[in-house]
Amino acid sequence: MKQLFGRPAGLTDISQRYCPGCGHGIVHRIIGELLVKLNIRERTIGIAPVGCSVFADEYFNCDMIQPPHGRGPAVSTGIKRSRPDCIVFSYQGDGDLAAIGTAEIVHAAARNENITIIFINNAIFGMTGGQLAPTTLPGMKSTTSVQGRDIKKQGYPIKVCELLSGLDGPYYLARTAVDTPKNIINTEKALKTAFTYQIEEKGFSLVEILSMCPTNWGMTPVQSKKWIENTMVKYYPLGEYRNRAKEEK
Amino acid sequence: MPQVKILEEVCKGCGLCCDEVCPVNILVLSPDRINSSGYHPAEVTDNSKCIGCGYCFKICPEPAIEIYK
Amino acid sequence: MAEKKLMYGNHAIVEGVLAAGCRFFAGYPITPQNEIPEFMSIRMNEIGGVFIQTESEIAAINMLFGAAAAGKRAMTSSSSPGISLMQEGISYIAGADIPVLVVNVVRGGPGLGNIAPAQSDYFQATRGGGHGDYFTITLAPNSAQELYEFPKIAFELAEKYRNPALILADGLLGQMMEPVEFSYKPFDPETLPEPPYALSGCKNRERRIVRSYDLKPGKLEAWNWQRQKKYEQIVANEQRFQATACDDAELIIVAYGTCARVCDAAARMARAKGYRVGLLRPITLWPFPSNILSALAEKTDHFLVVEMNMGQMVDDVKLATECSKKIFFHGRPGGGVPTPPEVYGKIETILGGAR
Repeated sequence: MKQLFGRPAGLTDISQRYCPGCGHGIVHRIIGELLVKLNIRERTIGIAPVGCSVFADEYFNCDMIQPPHGRGPAVSTGIKRSRPDCIVFSYQGDGDLAAIGTAEIVHAAARNENITIIFINNAIFGMTGGQLAPTTLPGMKSTTSVQGRDIKKQGYPIKVCELLSGLDGPYYLARTAVDTPKNIINTEKALKTAFTYQIEEKGFSLVEILSMCPTNWGMTPVQSKKWIENTMVKYYPLGEYRNRAKEEK
Repeated sequence: MPQVKILEEVCKGCGLCCDEVCPVNILVLSPDRINSSGYHPAEVTDNSKCIGCGYCFKICPEPAIEIYK
Repeated sequence: MAEKKLMYGNHAIVEGVLAAGCRFFAGYPITPQNEIPEFMSIRMNEIGGVFIQTESEIAAINMLFGAAAAGKRAMTSSSSPGISLMQEGISYIAGADIPVLVVNVVRGGPGLGNIAPAQSDYFQATRGGGHGDYFTITLAPNSAQELYEFPKIAFELAEKYRNPALILADGLLGQMMEPVEFSYKPFDPETLPEPPYALSGCKNRERRIVRSYDLKPGKLEAWNWQRQKKYEQIVANEQRFQATACDDAELIIVAYGTCARVCDAAARMARAKGYRVGLLRPITLWPFPSNILSALAEKTDHFLVVEMNMGQMVDDVKLATECSKKIFFHGRPGGGVPTPPEVYGKIETILGGAR
């Protein structure tokens, strides 16, 4: 019997410590497949963030580094400029990328640094236990906004793709989700595009992925995917926000 | 004929694959089986119906699903 | 004879760094070290190295982390407030056992302070500086010549022990012009072997992970004890100093960097008046040259520590001598630089009036 689908060689055999229904694993699997499909595993260096996916350095079957919270784009820059032949990706959550690492992501994008950013937006701080994230929706409850995010006190969420699309620098920006097979297939396509542009030395690519966090949302996994579909996608519209390859045509 | 295989010990019983994902509706969370981590793993009700689309695999975060032909 | 050139201290650092085979610089402008990135941008362009002006010192130190983890010699320079911002990154780099070079052209503090020369970052440099148990190898040059030579030494020590290294200068040393002899053959970075930790893609080898965390019970403690052993080796092997007229001294001045130059003049004045005054100049601030101080305390009654701060290295002198002798202190914080007559006056007071 031939295997049609199974764990890709781009992932290690270590079992992942994510909660049941967490979207991280889906995105990990896609990256693990791309490392093999694009034949880049042996020249890829990945950057794990601080947050639930800090352990990504154990999960991806390639060279990995785990830098300070939010500094992935800066570390990526240092690696990529030192080893331009390597493929460099930075895997980051919303606290990591859109709160503490805001300066680093904006400037890496502005420089059109030839790296790939995988940005997991689950609208909450996961590992620390469900606090307000820069992406928490207005009215959404967290352990530091128990009445729901009050825009008068806590301001508005940051829409990363929209924010970065205001810059001339980035080459490719897209927002996808992992709530349904259709959206997962679109995520696979977006990530493949992002890595391909890096291989072609086009420059900065970022894919923002709306992802389930059942534990900290206080929902079942199935409720969580429906919440993305019915609520989150309305606030964070899916699609390509920048694709200079298409603009240049 | 495609065949779905659930890696029972890897499955965390999240149920994502069991809800409106499978076009032929052959996946359920086992009501009685429990793996060593304490989860009710997904199980296949009728492998002969599998069309090998891979949707269940794609949405599985572990991945605890393999599909063969 | 090797080529000699009149140079700013800050330019001498650049030539020293390049001669040491470093081809990666990332940094953010701050006075009084701006000549380093400015000159570096020109020189890296000439020789095909990487120069990045970053969005912050935080980004700079993390770019270094990436470049050094990728197995390359990498350096940044900044001044006190910028070095404070880098402490998070330095802690991670120390925790991951990765060698980098950080140059601190120290200025007056705390806060924004001023841009005058100071030594007020001594504690920060020699006690780790950021969170967690760690030390950074710290070198203190006192001339443009040493600013040229120390980057090579710093990289070699950093790589030997897989530890961050610091060079502590100050605005006066950086802005001063002196002849510099290009005393060694520039090192070709292409001849460097790939370090065993280097991230370069896992072709034909096991994959590598660079990180500073370990959550498994007991693992981090064991890892820290292992690092402590490395520190013990550094302390045992790498104490550097310059001792002048210390053997028969009734008073030994302990001073480094700019202060050592001032104190050298003060010691000459004192010897001309009949005082037997020596000068001990620590060259490594960490590891502190405790062994020589401890030996000198056997036969010398008075120590005078002179610093451009409110008294920081004086603690290390007290520790090294186990407070067995009288330790006097003269300091000028906030950008003040002591003068030779000022230090001489202090010597006279300690040794009991004019002779």
